[in-house]
This record gives sequence, structure tokens and C-alpha cells, in this order.
Amino acid sequence: MIRRTLAVAMKEFMQLRRDWRTALALLGMPTVLLLIYGFALSFDVRHVRLAVVDLDGSRAAREVERAFVRSGFFDLVHRGADSRAIDPLLDSGRAQAALVVPGGFASALAAGRPGSLQFVLDGSDSQMATTVLAYARQIAAAVAPAGEVAPAVAPATPLVWFNPDLASSRFLVPGLVAFILMVTTVIASALAVVREKERGSWESLRATPLVALELLAGKTLPYLVLAAAAAAGSLALAWALFGVPLRGSLLWLALVTLLFLLGGLGWGVFISSIADSQQVAFQAALFSTMLPTLLLSGFIFPISSMPAAIQAITHIVPARYYLAALRGIVLKGTGPEVWGMEMLALGVFAAAVLGVAAVRTMRSL
Amino acid sequence: MNAAPAVEARRLSRHFGAFRAVDAVSFQVPRGEVFGFLGSNGAGKTTTIRMLCGLLAPTSGSAAVAGFDVATQAAEIKRHVGYMSQRFSLYTDLTVEENLRFWGAAYGLHGARAAARRAWALDMADLEAHRRTLTRELPGGLRQRLALGTALLHEPPVVFLDEPTGGVDPAARRRFWDVIEQLSTQGTTVFVTTHSMDEAERCHRLALMHAGRLVALDTPPRLKASFGDGLVVEVRPQRPAAAVLAAVEQAPGVADAALFGDALHVVLTTPEAAARVREALAGCGEDGAELRAASPTLEDVFVRTIATARTGNKTLGQPA
Repeated sequence: MIRRTLAVAMKEFMQLRRDWRTALALLGMPTVLLLIYGFALSFDVRHVRLAVVDLDGSRAAREVERAFVRSGFFDLVHRGADSRAIDPLLDSGRAQAALVVPGGFASALAAGRPGSLQFVLDGSDSQMATTVLAYARQIAAAVAPAGEVAPAVAPATPLVWFNPDLASSRFLVPGLVAFILMVTTVIASALAVVREKERGSWESLRATPLVALELLAGKTLPYLVLAAAAAAGSLALAWALFGVPLRGSLLWLALVTLLFLLGGLGWGVFISSIADSQQVAFQAALFSTMLPTLLLSGFIFPISSMPAAIQAITHIVPARYYLAALRGIVLKGTGPEVWGMEMLALGVFAAAVLGVAAVRTMRSL
Repeated sequence: MNAAPAVEARRLSRHFGAFRAVDAVSFQVPRGEVFGFLGSNGAGKTTTIRMLCGLLAPTSGSAAVAGFDVATQAAEIKRHVGYMSQRFSLYTDLTVEENLRFWGAAYGLHGARAAARRAWALDMADLEAHRRTLTRELPGGLRQRLALGTALLHEPPVVFLDEPTGGVDPAARRRFWDVIEQLSTQGTTVFVTTHSMDEAERCHRLALMHAGRLVALDTPPRLKASFGDGLVVEVRPQRPAAAVLAAVEQAPGVADAALFGDALHVVLTTPEAAARVREALAGCGEDGAELRAASPTLEDVFVRTIATARTGNKTLGQPA
């Protein structure tokens, strides 16, 4: 039993060694994707084009302006003393925000009264507007403790998706890791089995005394090893490049990740028991993992703010559980007492798909 | 060893929906026989073989291979049967040696026995020099012999070869068949499908399938003898034979006419029809054409058997 399983695994390893493209894709793709998306995918807002209208002309006004520029969030694109310049600047998009220092700002401060600032925002990108407003409040509070920023946001409902004080990469990169691992493991294992069907070797395998369990275990073992290596690499990269910490236990992290990968491999094998060509298997693997993991796992959109029906669907998306546990372990350092149910759910998912895949394969064997 | 047949099918059937791929087929193959399985594509040969290898459950009827029931003892069947499928199914991205190692392990061999069997297969297939060659780089003939070698690693008493020599050159074909004969003398039962009449001649017995049914089963000489005397003539016209083919084909009493080099091979419905052929030849200015009796080929036998089976089926299909 074990000898035959290992024989299948050895064979698969040798084929992977020759097919270095697949092996490289499996190992390297997660890293490359993480690099690309890790840097591109960020809710942090920078280089906001700012116009400053100084109606006060005081030193205090210039200090406020300097604080905004120095913060690194804003690029000064216009400076003037006429508030009528603001509308065309915002309309044309040359400026995304305008800071108005009203007359009497300095004297109000000098007299110990709260000086008010006006901050005008292009609210068409509600998410950005919310973030920028938060930045502006912080900066203004820092320069003029007694000052008050009066927001004049153009009509738009601000939707706060995250806490702007948190660097978004720390929140997003774990999700990205889960997403990439899910997509690559499912595709790899689905193709590995369907390839045999396409080549005709499946029929010959079926004619041997190999049983379904030996065959499936042997075939998925090499991919589990590769996927685990890719997972370790991705998480290390997330730590080194994006400052994603590891506050919790490495052992728990490894265990939870293993369960998640097993579920992905099982799902891939399940797809291969339905699909007959690599093309169909690839598409099924892609569609069944990419969008659910992207949209329904809490990767970007919090599950709690979804409609109840959609929330129900998220329960069958394994990335949802992995992500909750992963964020818990790496960001908060929590233990299984917090995400034990998630780990259980991952185990149940892995056992269920592997079981169904094995039964389906057995029936065809 | 007892005298039980190596393969025995009893009204073996497999239906796919309303389609009867294999329809109540019965036959016996004694130990050590080279059993040829013939028929056009879709006649049910591969479906029969897949049932006999335990890969497909019969719809009805039963079969035993090497003493094991195909429906209830599939695991035993797989241990005692070698199967070389129609498609080349070894891993082309593995070397010869790696393929032998893997398939040996898949059949449950290990240790000294596995090594001895690998050495045997390399020797039998003449692949010693190619141990480390990637299988995809082997010429067709060697590939097929490697596939045969892997199907025999576990020394099965019965081996099923489904069109083993497809796409193989004649010299390699001949060597392949030398191996088959050798296996047979050593007591291995070889169940082989082919489209080649040369290969069919080398089988001990032949079974012909048509539309899921077994329509003929006998030794090659007896099949030919059953054809009847005086029904095959060979015509050698003065002009190229193709020029008179149409005229001869349309002569009354001619069942079939085919070009055979510079001669025509003509099958008649009655010996008397030879006179009609002469008339047809005279009709196109070939009075001097040579016409002499010839012996029937296996192809003649099968063409006529299938034609008879077709009309028979039609009669059966008509409402009574």
C-alpha cells in the first residue's frame, strides 16, 4: 500500500522534474504574483493632488500647508489666494483635494480660539475621499491642535472599508497568500490527474492492481510538498517585503496551512473526476477558485457587510476559514481558542472533498 | 495446472443505453493459445477486452479469466492479467528504466523480483542500450515492445494486446510477433486484436466480431476451407487491371472484385459465375485475359461473413 503510493509519488516527482515549467510555475508563481499584487494592491492613498488656497496669508497658514506637503500623502499642484480657482481644478481633475485657509485663521489661533480650515474633496472615489479626509484631520490636528477641519465633501456616501490607520498591505497580503495558494493547488492537482486521462495512461493504471487511494495519495503527495514550499515562501516574502508579522505560533500556522492545501488538492482531484480534458479542468479549477476566493473569503470585502444570502454562500469557501485563522495567527497572535472552528471547518472541507474525490475515482476504477 | 480455459466468455454482453456494444458473446480460449480478435472499428473488440480485464462491468452474461470472475474478482483479474491498451500509454517523459520501475511497482513487484523482471523486459524488448533514453525518443517498434514488456512484468498467465502493432513498420511487426509466439510456447495465453491479415494468419484461432456479435470463430485454415471451392478467381488482363475492374465488378454473380497488383481478385457467388466474368471481359475486348482459380484469403472470408451477418441482421430487424 505505502510502497505503491510512494511509487506513484516518485513517478510524479520525476515527471515534474522533467516538466520544469510546471514545477517552476507551481513554486515561482505564488512568489511572482505576490510581488506584483502585493505592491499594486493597496488601499493606502498617496500622491493626492492638492490645491492650497490661502486667504489668510499668515505664517500659521504656511505652516499648515507645509505640514500637508511634508506628510507625503499630498503633491501640491496649485497655490493661490482665490477660492474661485477650486471648482475648475476639482472639475478637471487636476486637483483631487483643496485646502482652504480662511482669513482670520492666524488671528483666531493667536487669540486662543479654534481656527477653522476648509477641506474640499473630490468624492467621486468615495473610498479615497474617506481616506484622504482622515489623513487631513490627523495632519491638521497635529499642526493646529486647537484647529478644526470642516469637511466639505462633495456629495457621496463615504463607505469605510477598513481602518485607515492600519497599513492595508498587512491586512491584504495574507488574503493574497490564501488566494494564490488556492488557485495554484487546485489547478495543479486537477491537471495532474486529467493529463493522465488525456494521454491514455489512466486506462493502463486502472488495469494494474493500484487502488484509488494509492493512486490519488501518490499523485497529490508531490503537489502537497511543492504547495507547502510555495506557501512557506509566500509567507516569508510577506514578512520580509510587506511587514506582515508572525505574532502567533509557527506550528499552528503550518498545520492550518496544510489543512487548507489538502482541501485545495482534494478539490482539484474532484474536478479531475468530472473533467475529461485539461482545458475543461483548467477552466473549472480557475472559475471555482478565483472569484469565490477573491470576493467571498473576506479577502477584500468583509463578509459581515454582505447580504445574508451571499454570507451563507461564503460558508463553503475554504479560503474564508483559512484567511480568518491566518490573519489571527500572523497579525494578532491568537491561538486555536479563537479560530478553532475555522480550523475544524478547513479539516471538514478537506476530508469531504478528498473523500468524494476518492469515491468518484474508485467508481471509475 | 488444470485444463480450465484461460479465458471463457458466456453470453457476455455490454450495453450502453440502447446500444449493444457487445451482444451475448461466448467463446473459450485454451491456455497458451494465440487468439486473434478481429472486426472493424466499433465492432465491440475493445469493449470485450475491457470487460475481460476487469475495467468494465458486463451488463449481462459472465466471463472468467485465469479462473477469476471478471465481475466479482476484478482485483484478482488485475493481478493475473497483462493489458496493453490501444493507445500508447507509457509515460513518454520518463526513461525506459523509469517506466519499467514504475509499472513494476504498480503491479506490486519489488526487490529482487522487480529487478529480475526489469532485466527480462529490457532483454525481451532489446532495450538494453536505451535504458536511459526518454520513451518519447524511442522509435515506434521499440515503444510497442516496451509497452508489451511492461504489460508482462508481473508474469501474467493471460495478456490482452489491443492493436499492439498500430503504426509499426513491417520488420518491427515481425519481431513483435516472434515475441508473441515465444510467449505462447511458454504457456502464456495471448489475446490480440489486429486489422492486419498477415498478423491474423499467425494466430492459432481467430474470432470475428461484427456489430457486437461473434460471427466467426475457427483456425485460419479451416476458416478458408469453409469458403467453398471455385468461388475465387484471379484475372490477369492484357491491359492494366484497373481498366477492366468496373466491368468485372458489374458482371452478374460477382460478389466482390479488388485490385491485386496487376491482377484482379474476384469473389463469385457460384462457381458457374466464372463464365459471366469471361463474357464481361470479352465485352471490353479482353478475350485473351488469363483467368484461373485462386484460393480464398482470410479477407475474402471476413468480407463475406460480415456481408452475411448484415443481411441476417436486416432480416431479424424486420417485423415478423
